[in-house]
Order: sequence, then C-alpha cells, then structure tokens
Amino acid sequence: MSTITLTGVSRWYGNVVAVNDVTMTVGPGITGLLGPNGAGKSTLISMMGGFLAPSAGTVTLDGGTVWRNPAIYRTIGLVPEAEAMYDMVTGWQFLLANARLHGLADAEAAARRALETVEMLDAADRPIATYSKGMKQRVKMATALVHDPAVLLLDEPFNGMDPRQRLHLMDLLRRLAAEGRTVLFSSHILEEVEQIAGTIEVLVAGRHAASGDYRRIRRLMTERPHQYTIASSDDRRLAAALVAAGAADGVTLAGGSLAVQTSDWGRFVHALPRVARDAGVRLHDVAPADESLESVFAYLVAR
Amino acid sequence: MNPVVMELTVRGLLGRRRSLLLLVLPVLLLGLAALTRWASGASPSASAGLTDGFAMGTLLPLMCLLIGTGVIGPEIDDGSIVYLLAKPVPRRSILLAKLAVALATTVVFAVLPVMAGAAIAGDVELRLTTAYGVAALLAGVAYTALFLALSVLTRNAVVVGLLYALLWESVLGGYVPGVRDVSIRQWALAPAERMLGYRASGWGVDSAVSMPVGLTLLAVVTVGVTWLAIRRLTTLRLAAAD
Repeated sequence: MSTITLTGVSRWYGNVVAVNDVTMTVGPGITGLLGPNGAGKSTLISMMGGFLAPSAGTVTLDGGTVWRNPAIYRTIGLVPEAEAMYDMVTGWQFLLANARLHGLADAEAAARRALETVEMLDAADRPIATYSKGMKQRVKMATALVHDPAVLLLDEPFNGMDPRQRLHLMDLLRRLAAEGRTVLFSSHILEEVEQIAGTIEVLVAGRHAASGDYRRIRRLMTERPHQYTIASSDDRRLAAALVAAGAADGVTLAGGSLAVQTSDWGRFVHALPRVARDAGVRLHDVAPADESLESVFAYLVAR
Repeated sequence: MNPVVMELTVRGLLGRRRSLLLLVLPVLLLGLAALTRWASGASPSASAGLTDGFAMGTLLPLMCLLIGTGVIGPEIDDGSIVYLLAKPVPRRSILLAKLAVALATTVVFAVLPVMAGAAIAGDVELRLTTAYGVAALLAGVAYTALFLALSVLTRNAVVVGLLYALLWESVLGGYVPGVRDVSIRQWALAPAERMLGYRASGWGVDSAVSMPVGLTLLAVVTVGVTWLAIRRLTTLRLAAAD
C-alpha cells in the first residue's frame, strides 16, 4: 500500500501557471484526475512521477520525495501519454528490456506475465512499429506493470481506444485496485472517470476545483445542462423524436450536425439509442461537446 | 554503464534507416582516397591534404554529429526516453552507456575510415595513417561527447553542432587565428604533428596549439560536457505541452 501526497504544489513556466497550489492525497484504489484539456493534469502527473520539480510545495511517495530520486520507480509504474516507443524492437524485446532495467530476478517471467495481463502475448514477436494504437497502449501498460508496482500513474490511458479496449482496461484497473494498488489516471471525460474511479479529483485551470466520490462530483456536474453533438442519417427527424420523447431540453440544428441540451444526461444517454432506433435514424457520431464540459468545469471553479 | 541501455541504443542507432547515412561519408572518403592516390602517385603530402581537409575537417565532425545526437536525441524528441528514465537506474549510467555506444560507433564508422583513407591515398611506413589515427580518435571522442551532450542540453543540437563543426572550425578557423586555438580539430592534430616530427611541416600537418595544451583541452572538454550532460539528464523535464 502506497500513498502519494501533494502539499501546496504549484508549477509555473515563466509567467504561465500550469498547476496552482494543489494539495491532495492519492491512496490505494482508483483515483480519477478529471479536467479539461490544458488544465494541468499532465503537469501534475509529471510531478507525481518525478519528471518535473514543483516550483513550490512538495510531492512525496510514502513520505519520501520523488524529485531526483530514481528509487521511486521500484514502486511506481508509469504510462506516459506520448505514443512513441522503441519502434524497432518487438513487444517481447521491449518488455524484456524494461524488466531487466528494473533489475528483476526473473526478467523473462516478469515480461511474459505483464504481456499476458494485457493480452499481448500473441503479438509479442512483432516489431512495435507494426502495432495499432490500441496495441501500443497495451504494451505501454505492460511496461508499467512489469515490476508489479504498488502505484500506477496513467496519463490519458483511454485516449484512442475503441470501446472494447476501453472496457478491458477498465477491468484491468479495477483488478489492480482490488489488489490494494494505488491507481491514478487522468481523463477529460466525466463518464469515463465516473465508471471506475472511487475518488475523483477535478483540476481546472491548474486549480484543484473539487474532490470526492463520483456521486458528489456527478451531482455537482449534473446540476449543469449537458450538451452533445450528434451526427446521424437524419438529424431533423432525430431532433424531433428526442424532444417528443422528453429526452432533451433543447435541440439545435446547425452546421450539419445536431446539438442536444439535456439536464439529465443519464436519461438522455439511455434514451438516445432507443429513440433513434424507433425513429429509424442511424447514429454516426455522438460526442459530448467540449465547450459544455469546459463550462461545467468553469462552473466548478466559480463555485 | 547499463548493458540494457547499450543494447537498446545500438538497436536505435543502427536499426533505423538513418544508419545508412553512416556509410555514405566513409565510402565517399575511400573513393576520394583511391582517386588521390591515382592522381598524385601516392604522395604523402597529397594524402595529408585529403585527410586534413576532408577526413578530419568534414567527415569526422559530421559523423560524430550524426552519432552523438543519434544515440539520445530522437528519444528525447519523441519522449520515449521516459521508458529509460522511469527505472531505478542512475541517470549517470544511462548517459555513460549511450556515450560508450556512441564512441564505439565513432571508432568503427569514422576513425577507422580516416585511417584507411590516409593509408590508401599515400603513406610512408604507415606514419601518416598512425598519426591521423591518433588525431581522429582523440577528436572523435571529444566531438562525440560534445554532440551527445548538446542533444541533452538543447533541442537544436544538430543545428548548433553543424554551426560549430562547419562554421566555427572550418570557415572561421581558416581566417581568424584566435579561433583556430579553440578548436577540437586543432587540439587533436597536436599529437599527430608531434608524432610525425620533422616530416610534419613537409607533409603539411600543422596544429595551432602545442601537444600538452591540446591534450589537456581535449580532456577538459570531454569530461566537462559529459558531466554537464549527466547533470542535465538528472533533471530532464518531461512534461506534455499541457
């Protein structure tokens, strides 16, 4: 069991403040770090992972400082956001190299176990350059797990994953947390965080805007109207059907897509596929409009 | 030095298409050396001219630039260095492992070709070959350490390196006497000049500094930039644009 403690942590680049006086404790279980793009989530994770010195405040892992202390990597597993890896080696060679860099007694067994955990053993003998984005994401995950760390830091791990991979990773994170590990991941999508995180920390414009379990955060957020952008085979008909079914508070047809406002996103999300099917409309794309999310976050900050 | 880091570095350096570039200049040099031998009747002074001008002045710094920046620069640029840094391995041994691979590559792809070039173009009892071999080795070590350090210290290592190697050493060094004293190439030529003795001036092998000064400066630069690079790698900032 390991705990990361941030006390009054700030980080600025010249005149730009990326993280502003954040104090939080990340303990065993899954913690979701939620915030819009540019909120400082990556900066915060970099500081937790010992890749960036706080301009003010302290970051500690079980009481010891993380900055300039490579020994923390025995305890921490890191999944960076950047996709780049050692493209010219195979998945197996890469995992083996990672295990050996950790100085593990049985590096081969550890590499095999990690690849097994992310279900990448079958493709392990192919060069990483030939992997799909999802496969790379899984190999990244495997490198973070190879030394069986007590703490996992994941920067936007669900980015670019298809729904099946997303579910698979969520299962894996739940399993790791159930084993008593401290798992922290960042995301800018509330629904994603809400599904698996026991604790949610909301970061907006570098400030720690809210903290708590998903019910509390959800209540804070659902008080605000939500907005979705939908592309479908017949936007006009779908708009009428959504309003008629009472699933949306307002609809706007503009710029070749349909914008839907709802104050009860849960009901909307459940009603949308049914309404679309009944109306004979094919859904091409459903996305929460980022602006709306930002406005929710802004609302949290202003609170 | 960490053997796993060395292995990954070798794969990164030689496994990419960029590694073909490492062969272009040496092959060109050997071709020019053969041509020089044919044209000059294997005259040592023509051989020294080719080795001093093209081999030492262009090939060696460019090869060291390719190699020195190639062992770590791409990883820092694309962020994959995080897989090495997020390990309980001292940053010092990561950097030294990369330096060791770079130096070995420099010897194979730059120092040996310089020697072969001198031997092919024309030599007497391999004197020129040995003297330039020593000079190329010393300069190669210093250049490679310098360019490796540059790629840890700045994202513009290739540009800075090119400016130093071509503009400062070759162009400015040719016109401004003071500049010649601050030049890895001149420092490394000092022992070559000494080794050739009375033949040096006849063959046109000439250094701007004396041997003790040259060797001392080479050692100071090599150790100094490596120390700087280790320090910088220890506090390398790895943060997304966020």
